[in-house]
Amino acid sequence: MKLTLKVWRQHDASSEGKIETYEANDIPQEASFLEMLDIVNNEIIENGGDPIAFDHDCREGICGTCSLTINGVPHGKESAITTCQLHMRKFSDGDTIFIEPFRAKAFPVIRDLVVDRSSFDRIIESGGYVSIRTGSAVDANSMPIQKDTADTAFDAATCIGCGACVAACKNASAMLFVSAKVKHLNSLPQGLPEKDKRVLKMVEQMDKEGFGNCTNQYECEAVCPKSIKSEFISELNRQYATATVKKAIG
Amino acid sequence: MTQKKSDTPDPKIPSGPIESKWAKHKMDSALINPANRRKYTVIVVGSGLAGGSAAATLSELGYKVKCFCYQDSPRRAHSIAAQGGINAAKNYQNDGDSVNRLFYDTIKGGDFRSREANVYRLAEVSENIIDQCVAQGVPFAREYGGLLDNRSFGGAQVKRTFYARGQTGQQLLLGAYQALQKEISAGGIEMYSRSEMLDLVVVNGHAKGIVVRDMVSGEISSHAADCVILATGGYSNVFFLSTNAKGCNVMSAYRAHKRGAYFSNPCYTQIHPTCIPVSGDYQSKLTLMSESLRNDGRIWVPKNSQDIGKSAHQIAEADRDYYLERKYPSFGNLAPRDIASRSAKEVCDAGLGVGNGGLGVYLDFADSIQRFGKDVISSRYGNLFQMYEKITGEDPYSQPMRIYPAVHYTMGGLWVDYNLMSNVPGLHVLGEANFSDHGANRLGASALMQGLADGYFVISATLPNYLVEETPGSISTDMAEFKEAEERVRDQINRLVSINGNRSVDSFHRELGLLVWDKCGMARNEDGLKEALEKIPAIREEFWENVCVPGDSGNMNQELEKAGRVADFIDFAELLCNDALHREESCGGHFREEYQFTKDDPEVSSGYTNEGEAKRRDEDFAYVAAWNRKEDGTLNLKKEWLEFENVKLATRTYK
Repeated sequence: MKLTLKVWRQHDASSEGKIETYEANDIPQEASFLEMLDIVNNEIIENGGDPIAFDHDCREGICGTCSLTINGVPHGKESAITTCQLHMRKFSDGDTIFIEPFRAKAFPVIRDLVVDRSSFDRIIESGGYVSIRTGSAVDANSMPIQKDTADTAFDAATCIGCGACVAACKNASAMLFVSAKVKHLNSLPQGLPEKDKRVLKMVEQMDKEGFGNCTNQYECEAVCPKSIKSEFISELNRQYATATVKKAIG
Repeated sequence: MTQKKSDTPDPKIPSGPIESKWAKHKMDSALINPANRRKYTVIVVGSGLAGGSAAATLSELGYKVKCFCYQDSPRRAHSIAAQGGINAAKNYQNDGDSVNRLFYDTIKGGDFRSREANVYRLAEVSENIIDQCVAQGVPFAREYGGLLDNRSFGGAQVKRTFYARGQTGQQLLLGAYQALQKEISAGGIEMYSRSEMLDLVVVNGHAKGIVVRDMVSGEISSHAADCVILATGGYSNVFFLSTNAKGCNVMSAYRAHKRGAYFSNPCYTQIHPTCIPVSGDYQSKLTLMSESLRNDGRIWVPKNSQDIGKSAHQIAEADRDYYLERKYPSFGNLAPRDIASRSAKEVCDAGLGVGNGGLGVYLDFADSIQRFGKDVISSRYGNLFQMYEKITGEDPYSQPMRIYPAVHYTMGGLWVDYNLMSNVPGLHVLGEANFSDHGANRLGASALMQGLADGYFVISATLPNYLVEETPGSISTDMAEFKEAEERVRDQINRLVSINGNRSVDSFHRELGLLVWDKCGMARNEDGLKEALEKIPAIREEFWENVCVPGDSGNMNQELEKAGRVADFIDFAELLCNDALHREESCGGHFREEYQFTKDDPEVSSGYTNEGEAKRRDEDFAYVAAWNRKEDGTLNLKKEWLEFENVKLATRTYK
């Protein structure tokens, strides 16, 4: 395949960026999108140029590192996949492809297509855990949990923290990410003692990081590689309201 | 067998019966009172299951922890990609499991090349891990009654594997990551993401710090501590193509080796039988299909070469060879990994492989879909089937998967004693980065178990044995040893960016990987290994003359990161091949073609084992090889002879 790539290039966080054009030749259609970029980078290097920086690691859709906006859509237009799971057979010979970083105020660009998502870590740090010390756990089967409850918690816990939800949202809202962690922990008995505190702290941190609010566009759900449901956001709002009232009346 | 004398440092295995060694050791271990713990600084490199859990646990105990990872967030460590599950001797299924049985299965699975006491402790601690993870909110699979579900994995005849769909590693890692974030929030851990350890600093013979490169700013900095813990994973990427994440590397472990740490059993590499086959030379990595699939999938190839090229549906049942079921009737498709991989190689070498280039075998779910229905199979393996479909463009519900073995895990690693401390005092090594628990072959679902055992339960108990002898806070980065290490690091970086050659780092890595896979992969022989050892220095020479690292070192430079790692892989490949050459026996993942059972052996004629199975030579090789690298780069072999007091050395059979 022969492709034209329009790629966002930016030297570092403080520089201005711009779109540059590259020709990608002899791309096998079995190659993944990132392997296509490997081929292009190899050619750039051999011609004495500066290769395109992009984030990637496991290349099997689970680590959440890869983060490209492809033709305007985070992770590309195929549903329920990460960038690394996108294969060139989904494109046609001669296509022009725009490649940009995940864009959001809370995800500043570090270089080219690489962004800083440490704001997500700080949200988890604010309350996305169960405060259990190592060694103090009771026998795992002493606390039966309904299969449905465990399955729903899993559906939420499957979030890989890639940030596509934020990049897709016109408000750069992180509510799908936050609601997934709140849903995971708050629906399990282990998470109940810290339920209210968790939702208040995490939302507070989310606001502090500069993420926007949800206006029910559901772009987040549409691009989520793990198909996290936007209904978790409604539940987050409900839990947040309840916790706020409970806190106010003591 | 006569017991021979080891020349490694004392492995410090506690005396007494195996059942009470760990309890006794904990009782005999030093304690540091809570008020004094905060005076000690502990460096943890790596934030996967072993490093993340260790950092969180040590911080909970009150130590000051500095944790480093190369990823942009500790949540992305490669433990996250583990699919199938985690073993624990809970015996919730009432099918005869026990600590003893998990211990025995692991020793046997490792082909009698692991240390009994460490493995027994692992089996003992396994139960606490499940309790801990459930308490953190890890959403393990459950039965309708609300209790935890289990499944089977290779090398075991009981159901002891706990799982969270095909994403067990992810869920366990998020548990450890959340514990880590909890401790960051509590002020106990300073987290350094996008930071790569480039050297170990040794002061008066003790590991007291590291030199790190900030991968965003390019800044080189030193960090001093009272001890250093490495939990940096394995070295599968020496083969270039492996199931590991692209960033996984041997740098921290190898640089510690250069500073004096013994590297043990590098030739024990695990080739996982069920991966998606290679489809072209553009390929950047291989993708694993969880071993759990072998619970319901049947592996086969056509019996006759005239059926090659036909689609699976066109091949009649009678013309299919379910070779694992045929050769290993007791374990069938759940034979251990080394055995299943070699069997796949055998049938493909015989010209019966399917798909592109004949390097593939079928993993067929038709029978299970018929028996349980598509929905049940989908609920068990949905995400794996989806992953397969995305990569290959084929639907595994309607046609069998094609799979082939790929490098997946490395049992070798830095030598450690029972306290998980290396021969360099203060340097502790956890998880895949050490050598201790899996012998020559790891059983499925045991990597997660070991990472978390080391991190949550072992290191917190053993670390005080070292720390109690040290004066906390006596080390400063102003010391000459730190300046020298920084100098070494800067020199190498400057050298790499100034070569300005015309070959990319990746092209060297691919060349090296292909050579190592070819000569030191699933099967090895003396001639091939010698050939590899001749060719590696030539690759190194060209690398240092002709590699191209564009840009400079003062900001994010991904080619520079890769170049440093590949430089170490080249050196490490030599160590790997030397170890494989010196071990003149076959065991577990190390298969030397010269040493296999033939039809003349009594074990074969009696029907106990099969022709072509790995043949160990216990009298000469029942030891842990611990390679010491001298100042001038030459290697010196130390041996820790293994003592088997509880398990009888036997030829391993899964028939």
